[in-house]
Amino acid sequence: MNGAHDMGGMEGFGPINPELESEEPVFHAAWEGRVYGINRALGALGRWNIDKSRYARERQRPVDYLRHSYYENWFTGIHTLLLEAGLVTQEELNSGVPSSVVSEELQAHVLTTEMARQVPDRMSIVLLPDESPPRYAPGDRVLAKNRHPSTHTREPRYLRGHWGVIHEHYGTQLFPDMTSQGIHKGAHLYCVRFEAKELWGESADTRSAVYADLWEEYLESSE
Amino acid sequence: MSDSPGEHKHHGHSHGSGEDFTDPPSDIELRVKALESLLVEKGLADPDAIDAVIDTYETKVGPRNGAAVVARAWTEPGFRNWLLKDATAAIASLGYVGAQGEQMRVLENTDKVHNLVVCTLCSCYPWPVLGLPPVWYKSAPYRSRAVSDPRGIIEEFGTHVPETSEVRVWDSTSEMRYLVLPQQPEGTEGWSAEQLVNLVSRNSMIGVEVARSPEAIRSGE
Repeated sequence: MNGAHDMGGMEGFGPINPELESEEPVFHAAWEGRVYGINRALGALGRWNIDKSRYARERQRPVDYLRHSYYENWFTGIHTLLLEAGLVTQEELNSGVPSSVVSEELQAHVLTTEMARQVPDRMSIVLLPDESPPRYAPGDRVLAKNRHPSTHTREPRYLRGHWGVIHEHYGTQLFPDMTSQGIHKGAHLYCVRFEAKELWGESADTRSAVYADLWEEYLESSE
Repeated sequence: MSDSPGEHKHHGHSHGSGEDFTDPPSDIELRVKALESLLVEKGLADPDAIDAVIDTYETKVGPRNGAAVVARAWTEPGFRNWLLKDATAAIASLGYVGAQGEQMRVLENTDKVHNLVVCTLCSCYPWPVLGLPPVWYKSAPYRSRAVSDPRGIIEEFGTHVPETSEVRVWDSTSEMRYLVLPQQPEGTEGWSAEQLVNLVSRNSMIGVEVARSPEAIRSGE
């Protein structure tokens, strides 16, 4: 979807003003850590995946997405995920009072302290085979399709309609446009190089390029 | 990452989010507490487990891991070649595996090429080697302009990339995660990996800075 999260090439956000690396804490307030921890704990329940999480954050009204701090966006996304997975009701969120306790089956998946210590080591499945052969090979010229799905996609707007060259075939990864809809399917993934001039016009720096990872569905060739 | 005394004194002071622990609880703080209470009462979350997740990312996972990878690459050509050929396996051999590091590529900076990593769509970042991303990496100013004005972005960090160098920006749109291998600073030939690791800043592994010089370390920067 063409949401506020798709920021590549936008202007007007001002300078970066980075904090000094030696002084920046991991979390800037206790609640940020809680939101991060809640998100990881709920993720362990297996009721959604990373693309659903991203899609939940992206679906906010653009003005809210931009106004919110990073972890406020996560917080909002968690509410959407909980409601859509049927883990809590709107009444429970409003009142703060649980109307029921979760099933034993679900309780068996609740993140324990012991499991939490292993959380950083737990790898998500990102690779899934696609039996079809890859359509492109390194060096092929490809066009990022001008497509505007109303649901989640990882094809940024600033690349659509522009030509690039396949830099590397990354094998097959889960296709986020479908994973975000709950369908797990592998698809060929490519790293594609786009010249700055192709993306930003004649005034662009001639000695820079953007590399982006794009699934086969996002690409077409001149054939 | 800093060795200079006198830092880490900004207790409760925040630059990025405008929060300050000395103020009354903010609306968001209360709302997060309310949600956590509900989840705990329903049996969906264990507060001790949440504590453990926070503690892990505050104390165990961070850019020291990535710095160890880089210092090893600077001192062992065999490891460097492996890292550039199969980063996922080479990094895993040092024990840095896990969430948001399932698939890795390492990008080598040279006299001719400077690499910069961004995630324009969200905040993708190689957690096992760099920890959680800094606020600026997740912010709209960086995400919006890194792809359209990378040299300008790098200048904002006080780094100048020569006009003769090509700047390559890597937009992390898939589950592939990128780590920049900065150039080894001049005057550090023959240093051990243990000495070199202090020169490898987090920012140099994102590509907004170069590795620290020996002089910078001595002056406590």
